[in-house]
Amino acid sequence: MNTNFIKKFLYGDYGEIKAGGPSSAKKTEWPLWEIFIRSKQGLDHKHVGSLHAADAQMAIENARDVYTRRMEGVSIWVVESKNIHASNPDEAEALYDPANDKVYRHPTFYDLPDELKHM
Amino acid sequence: MHVHDLETTFQDKIDNEIRIEPKDWMPEKYRQTLIRQISQHAHSEIVGMLPEGNWISRAPSLRRKAILLAKVQDEAGHGLYLYSAAETLGISREEMYDQLHTGKAKYSSIFNYPTLTWADVGAIGWLVDGAAIMNQVPLCRTSYGPYARAMVRVCKEESFHQRQGFEALLHLSRGTEDQKKMCQDAIDRWWWPSVMMFGPSDDESPNTALSMKWRIKRFTNDELRQKFVDVCAEQVKILGMTLPDPDLKWNEEKGHYDFGKINWEEFWNVVSGNGPCNKQRLDTRKKAWENGAWVREAATAHAEKRKAKEAVQAA
Repeated sequence: MNTNFIKKFLYGDYGEIKAGGPSSAKKTEWPLWEIFIRSKQGLDHKHVGSLHAADAQMAIENARDVYTRRMEGVSIWVVESKNIHASNPDEAEALYDPANDKVYRHPTFYDLPDELKHM
Repeated sequence: MHVHDLETTFQDKIDNEIRIEPKDWMPEKYRQTLIRQISQHAHSEIVGMLPEGNWISRAPSLRRKAILLAKVQDEAGHGLYLYSAAETLGISREEMYDQLHTGKAKYSSIFNYPTLTWADVGAIGWLVDGAAIMNQVPLCRTSYGPYARAMVRVCKEESFHQRQGFEALLHLSRGTEDQKKMCQDAIDRWWWPSVMMFGPSDDESPNTALSMKWRIKRFTNDELRQKFVDVCAEQVKILGMTLPDPDLKWNEEKGHYDFGKINWEEFWNVVSGNGPCNKQRLDTRKKAWENGAWVREAATAHAEKRKAKEAVQAA
């Protein structure tokens, strides 16, 4: 197994490209947080964007003001951006390739008689 | 892979309407163009709070005051969505602020005009936000994922901004003689700066071709400007007011309104810093940033202290 697959990339969206992202920020800048919102009970939390805050509590309060001014959410998750590890898009082909040739994982792969009902 | 191959793959994605995401390979010029455009856009939202904020304490009724407060708060939100989208391209927030405060980065020139009367708040909503929407709706399909997603959120909220502005003008247009005059005067002053918001005409806009190829833009400045003029020329009739352009005339053949010459000298003057309020707006921004320094430091100190306390308790 190619160990590249589990190579860790800090900062979900920020990557290591050009050494950009929050790492270049001055020390005085509040850390960056990724915001996830559950829009209503029964649905997953979904990434909506990011913001800067001194700590988790402030991140939640700011997320309330920035991302839920029109009742867009009933629950907020905040994760400091540097704690998000992401896969590398350049390796997407190799990473997802093993799923490509396993058509038998799909129900349509199986040839069954028409008279078979409720299946 | 060679850069050439990477560029082909990149352009293929664009041509097939596959969005570019932050960690995908992209030409350096694409990255720089986006950083410039998105941060300028963010700065415009933030500076855009100032002319209207001027009227929050003097809004004519509690209803209007609550509406204006909500609108200005939305503009702050829009600025934040956009800054956060720009950060995914590898520029830090402080760097962007720095570019704004030192005058290195521009913001929309429209906010360098003063808001002299209450009717200006209405005119800004109708015309300035109207022009912004014209620009922003196609940006919901722009090729860079985080920018497009931020714009979807912005556009959802922007519609109320335009409607509240038109409604405020409608009330004035049905009011006393003085109110009608105030309404017309605001339209007269905001019309041409709004028409200029679409930027230089296509033959003066060297970046347009590349931005269209990369599908950052989907319509040229002049196409959007024409659309805006066509829409406003009809809407102004409902107000019973006029647009300050003697050459504005329906052109049956083209199916569009013809309109007068734009004063590009004024446009470039305001862009280069000589508008009526350039200095005032930047000074206000810088002062707000500097006066907030102790709050930022205190919040950091508080967070560190709390973290240390939690560590002791955990031990």
